[in-house]
Amino acid sequence: MQILSALISVVAGLVVSFLIYLGLNALVGRFNQKWKARLLPYVFIGPVIVLIGLFLVYPAVRTIYLSFFNATGQRFIGFDNFTSLFGSADFITVLLNNLLWIIIVPASAVIIGLAVATFSDRIGPVREKIFKSTIFLPMAISFVAAATIWRFVYSYDPPGQAQVGLLNAIWTSVFRGDPVPWITIDTGKLNSLLIMVVVIWINAGLAMVLLSAAIKGVPEETIEASRIDGASERQAFFQVVVPQIWSTVVAVFITILITVMKIFDIVYAMTGGSYGTSVLAMDFINQLFSFGNPGKAAAVVTVLLIAVIPVMILQVRTYRRQEAIR
Amino acid sequence: MTSTVVPTPAVTTAAESTRTVARESRPKRNVTLTIVLFAFAVLWMIPLIGLLITSFRSRVDATSTGWWTVFGDIFGQEWTLQNFESAFVNLDIGTNFFNSVAVVIPATILPIMFAAFAAYAFTFMDFKGKEIYFAVAIGLLVVPLQAAIVPILQGYVGLQNALGIQIVGTFPAAWIVHSAFALPLAIFILRNYMATLPVALIEAALVDGASHFVIFWRLVVPMSVPALASFAIFQFIWVWNDYLVAFIFIGNRDPVLTQALYNLLGQYGQGWQGVAAGSFITILVPLIVFFALQRYFVRGLTAGAVK
Repeated sequence: MQILSALISVVAGLVVSFLIYLGLNALVGRFNQKWKARLLPYVFIGPVIVLIGLFLVYPAVRTIYLSFFNATGQRFIGFDNFTSLFGSADFITVLLNNLLWIIIVPASAVIIGLAVATFSDRIGPVREKIFKSTIFLPMAISFVAAATIWRFVYSYDPPGQAQVGLLNAIWTSVFRGDPVPWITIDTGKLNSLLIMVVVIWINAGLAMVLLSAAIKGVPEETIEASRIDGASERQAFFQVVVPQIWSTVVAVFITILITVMKIFDIVYAMTGGSYGTSVLAMDFINQLFSFGNPGKAAAVVTVLLIAVIPVMILQVRTYRRQEAIR
Repeated sequence: MTSTVVPTPAVTTAAESTRTVARESRPKRNVTLTIVLFAFAVLWMIPLIGLLITSFRSRVDATSTGWWTVFGDIFGQEWTLQNFESAFVNLDIGTNFFNSVAVVIPATILPIMFAAFAAYAFTFMDFKGKEIYFAVAIGLLVVPLQAAIVPILQGYVGLQNALGIQIVGTFPAAWIVHSAFALPLAIFILRNYMATLPVALIEAALVDGASHFVIFWRLVVPMSVPALASFAIFQFIWVWNDYLVAFIFIGNRDPVLTQALYNLLGQYGQGWQGVAAGSFITILVPLIVFFALQRYFVRGLTAGAVK
């Protein structure tokens, strides 16, 4: 029964959306040629503008507005949410964590991806394909499932018991240490780093695929020429290949940077934001549901929105530059 | 090979040919490198291999020894399918699998349809403010979903009270949010692809009296199939793996698989074998989609991000 109703709503949803376009198109068809030419583009982009306006732009603006209100959303309290956030040590930890994520994850994923793409280019097409599929595979795994996989790797059993978690097994047998509850240790941000490993594991494949395509687009003649001029393999790579794929490197970096700035699921499923691992998007959910304070939650998101503005500008600028070349 | 129906843009052909040249002249099959990379691949897969092996182990085995010990005595193990049987029950696969499907299908098709229309307008039509609209769309790629959650929830509740129908907790509530947030990327990828299609062909069709609507359906959509397919795969995997939108807008009444898995994750205290089997079941669908359609996935990603 439930499946049937789901099926009906799926079909209805798709049909209705399509009818919107047909209806609008028929409506515009009633105008004369001049008006038709003027109005038709808006039939094509109109629904998108409405959807993005209502579900993306308006909510984001309203969130900023809500950040100046108290928990019930009825009383204007100015910057109180922000002063209270920046006055709390917990929130400073959250900001610091986000900063660490931004510094470590995109760069690591790009470097691993670039190394893997470069080396796999030299082992023959069949091996390359198999190898690249392996590295790319984690991309298909959800953050929740990835959290399961890695919590198992990091899992802890009390001393004296068999360690079924791989990391503790290595730690106790090779390094003769006592078993460590890794996920709870925030000394030197260890637990945050262990969570970052998971996200690097997922995103390095993405970086590899995109960079590999770019490397294959580099004309062999340019590398050949540098070799004739006496450049070593390393020099050829850094001074000939890298400059030619630099725009892709930047694009990949930005893509992963965006993912990392709004990272939530993985932290939620690994620690729920405890043990000093929280990040902005995680803190938002905690403020909203655990502390029931939508105003403060909105303030957290506003901080995140301000943080993404430079990335936004970078993104649009990169695009503009590409268009100019095209 | 027979000639393809889809006209291939000249850019791609040029790229293909330099690629083959590059391939041939590069040193092939470096043995040491192959071994090093193979070792790296195994290392990369270890967490997943551990999960897979554990999902077939008995509870006693899984709680008393590490999964890697099975390699000492592969046939002496007490292999079992019991974990998968319990995971089917615990995840309520019969229902929750369909919940996931009911969310993922419209949330994949709708944004593609909307974005294809918009991408067409951005590529082949002239209108005021075109550049600005497009720049805004690209800028919005960056906006985090979290920024929209509270106002959208409030909007849904307001509409619910005004109309007297349930919205929060239903599938359409999630479709719309998934669609809206997929649009910037979809428009970006599709427009980049459409820009490589031969403009002369579209202009000729216009001169012959075909309407934009007909050209869109008969010419541009069929020619853009590679880009449409790749975005579809990307969005499918994204939505299938999503936790946040489902958790907020659908809730626990009709949970999707990621939600069920999250709830199951709390049970690792009874040994990892049950959670492992559950995880494995939930990643099976995206893995199959991914491996079956990897080519298109990669092509689309590269079309979107690389010039």
